[in-house]
Amino acid sequence: MSNLLTISPSPHVHTGDSVNKIMYRVIIALLPALAWSVAVFGLDALRVAAVAVASCVAVEYLLQRFILRQHPTVSDGSAALTGLLLAFNVPSSLPWWMLVIAAVIAIGVAKVSFGGLGNNPFNPALVGRVFLLISFPVAMTTWPSPHTADIDAATSATPLGLLKEGLHRGKALSELMPDLPSHLNLLTGQTGGSLGEISAALLLLGFAYLLIRKVITWHIPVFVLGTIFIFQGILWECNPVRFADPLFHILTGGAMLGAIFMATDMVTSPMSHRGQLLFGVGIGIITVLIRNFGAYPEGISFAILIMNGFTPLINTYVKPKRFGEKK
Amino acid sequence: MLKTFTKGGVHPPENKLSAARAIETAALPTSVFIPLGQHIGAPATPTVKKGDRVKVGSKIGQPAGFVSAGIHSSVSGVVSKLDAAPDSSGYPKPGIFIDVEGDEWEEDIDRTDTLISDFNIDGPAIIAKISNAGIVGMGGATFPTHVKLAPPPNSKAEILLINGVECEPYLTADHRLMLEKSRETVVGIRLLMCALGVTKAAVGIENNKPDAIAAMRKAATDGIEIVPLKVKYPQGGEKQLIKAVTGREVPSGALPIAVGAVVSNVGTAFAVYEAVQKNKPLIERIVTVTGKSLAQPSNFRTRIGTPLSALIVAAGGMPSNTGKIVCGGPMMGRAIASAEMPVTKGTSGILLLDADESTRPQTLNCIRCARCVEACPMSLEPYLLTAVSEKQLWERAENENIMDCIECGSCSFTCPAARPLLDYIRLGKATVGSIIRNRKK
Repeated sequence: MSNLLTISPSPHVHTGDSVNKIMYRVIIALLPALAWSVAVFGLDALRVAAVAVASCVAVEYLLQRFILRQHPTVSDGSAALTGLLLAFNVPSSLPWWMLVIAAVIAIGVAKVSFGGLGNNPFNPALVGRVFLLISFPVAMTTWPSPHTADIDAATSATPLGLLKEGLHRGKALSELMPDLPSHLNLLTGQTGGSLGEISAALLLLGFAYLLIRKVITWHIPVFVLGTIFIFQGILWECNPVRFADPLFHILTGGAMLGAIFMATDMVTSPMSHRGQLLFGVGIGIITVLIRNFGAYPEGISFAILIMNGFTPLINTYVKPKRFGEKK
Repeated sequence: MLKTFTKGGVHPPENKLSAARAIETAALPTSVFIPLGQHIGAPATPTVKKGDRVKVGSKIGQPAGFVSAGIHSSVSGVVSKLDAAPDSSGYPKPGIFIDVEGDEWEEDIDRTDTLISDFNIDGPAIIAKISNAGIVGMGGATFPTHVKLAPPPNSKAEILLINGVECEPYLTADHRLMLEKSRETVVGIRLLMCALGVTKAAVGIENNKPDAIAAMRKAATDGIEIVPLKVKYPQGGEKQLIKAVTGREVPSGALPIAVGAVVSNVGTAFAVYEAVQKNKPLIERIVTVTGKSLAQPSNFRTRIGTPLSALIVAAGGMPSNTGKIVCGGPMMGRAIASAEMPVTKGTSGILLLDADESTRPQTLNCIRCARCVEACPMSLEPYLLTAVSEKQLWERAENENIMDCIECGSCSFTCPAARPLLDYIRLGKATVGSIIRNRKK
C-alpha cells in the first residue's frame, strides 16, 4: 500500500455526470430533428448546421486562446451546442457569412465577454438569431419550400407568416385555413420554416430523450407550452374568427424548439421550480402576445430573451419552499 | 406506493457488497486505544490510571456533565497509558490504552446468546441502565441516548422512530443486525418505548433489504410497525425519516420532539437490549469493512478500540491500489490519514476506495443546472449558499437558511461541474454558527 492516502471532505462519491455529458446529450436530442431538416431542405440544412457549429467553436477557441489567453474550454461541448441551436433557428438558405457573424455575436458578445459558460445572462444562440433577424430581415424570413411538399415555388412563407399577413389584410381565419398546413403536417414537419423548428414530433422525441437521460426536467417546457395553449385557447374561445386554435400555435413556429431546447438552457433559466413556473408562464404569455398582436409573426425568441433578463431577479426573490419552513 | 420523503434526495449506486455476509466476531486485538470522547458532548473523565487491571465491561470513564457518556473497557488487561492519539477527526484525542490479557468479563454481564424478551422495569430505571452502559446513537451521530430519552419538560413524545434505513451506500451493519438479531432488536425497541412512555413505534427500512423487513416483521410485537421505504438517500437523516414515516416536517431549527418524534438507530436499540437485559455496557459494535478491491467485504462484531487496520486485515488485507480510507459511508464518512485508529461507538463502517475513485473530477464553472437545488433534501439552494460563503456574505447565508443544511452531500454528489459545494457550505455553516452563538451571549 502506498503511504499517501487522499484526505478530502465528504461526499467521497460522485454521480459521474459532467457538463460534457449534458451538452452532448442535448446535441444527440437535436439530431433527429436535424436529420429531418436535411430530408426536407436538402444538403443546405447540413451546410448551415456545419458552418454554424464550426464558427461557434472557432470563435470561442480563438477568443480564449489568443485574446483572453485562457485555457480553451471548447471541449465542454457548449459552443458546439450553441452553434447547432443557432442553425436550428435560421432558414436553410442563409449565406455562410451571416452565420459567421451570428457566431461572433452569440459566442463572442453574448457568452465569452460575460465570462464564458455559466455566466452569460442571455441565451447565446437566441442573441445570435435576433441579431440576424434585425440586421438581415429579408434573408432571415425567406424560407425555402420543403422538398417533400407539393409546392413548385422555391420559397414559401411559414405558417405563422401566412397567418399574420392574412389577418393583417383583414381576411377571416376560415379563408386562410386552406392555405395553412394541417395539424398533422405541422407535427411531422411538412412546412416551411427554420431548420430545426419544423417537426414538432421529432422535437418531442428529443424531449423524451432528455427526460429519460435526466438532462432537463419537464417543468419549463410544460409551463411554456401549457401557457401558450391556455392563453391562446382563451383568445380562440373569445374570437375564433380572428385567433387561430391553440393546438396550431403550439405545433407551429418555434414553440416546441423554444420551449424544449431554448428556454431550458440551464444557464439562463431560474433555479427553483417556482421560479421556473414564473419564467415559463412569462415566456408563454409574451409569445402569444407577440404572435397575435405584435409586428412579428413569431415571438418566442424575444419572449425567452426577455424572461432571461428576469432570471436573476426571479432567482433572488423566488425561493423553493424550505423543508420545515415556518408558516 | 412506498413511503419516502418528498423533497430532493439522490440515489447513489448502492454497492452493498457485504450484504450477504453474516456477522463474524472479529479476533481479539492485542491492544486497544479507547478514546474518552466517543460521543457528542464533553469527553468522559478517566477513572483508571496507568497499571490498573480492568475486565471486559469495567467502567474506565465517567460522564463529565449532562450531555456526556460513560466509557467501558472492551477488553481485559492492564492500562498501559493515558495519552492522546488521533481518532477519525484526525486530531489527537485523549484516551486510554489497554494491553490485552485474556478475556475476563465483569461477573454481572450475561454473555450467553439466550433471548430474554420479558422485562419488569420502569422507564427511569431503563434510562439509568442506558446511561450506565454508555450508550450513544450508533448511526453515527453519537448523541448520548439517555439524554435523548429525557425530552424537555414542555414537550411530549408520541412516537418512537427506529432508523433501519441504512441509506449510505456500501454499509450493511444495520442490515445484518436486523436480519440476525431481529428479536433482540425488537426487545430493545420495546425498552425504548417504555423509557419514553410511548405506545407506538415505527421501524423505517429501505426496501433494498427485503429480508431484513421480513425478519423484523416476524419479530415485531404490538405497537411496532415495520415501514418499508423507497430507496433514496438521505432517508436515514432524522428529519427525512420522520417525514417519510409520519409525513410530519420538523420545523427549521427545531428538534424531532417538536413533532412528537424521537429517532433512534436499530444499532442503538440492540445496544439497549444488551444493556438492560444482559447488563452489558456498550463495548462492541457491528462494523462493515468494505470496498470494491477488498478481497472479502465483511461485517464484524468487534470490540470498541480495535484498530481499523486489524479489521482490514481480517477482511483480506489492504488492497495495493487503496487511495482513500473512509470511516463511515461514502456520502458522509470521513477520510482518515491512516488505518491505525480505533473503532469507536460511532464507527459504522470502513470503506476502502481505489486510487481512481479517490480523486474528485475537475471543477468547472457552475452552469446553473439547478441539480443541487433539485437534490437538496432541505430545499435549500446549495449553489447560492456556496457563492455567498465564498464571498463571505454571512448575513445573506443565514437568511438563506444555511444552518438547515444537514451536510448530506447530495449537492456535491450530483454537481456535473464537480463544484466543492458542501465544502463551502460547511465553511459558511461553521462561521454563521459561531456568529449566532456569539449573538446569544
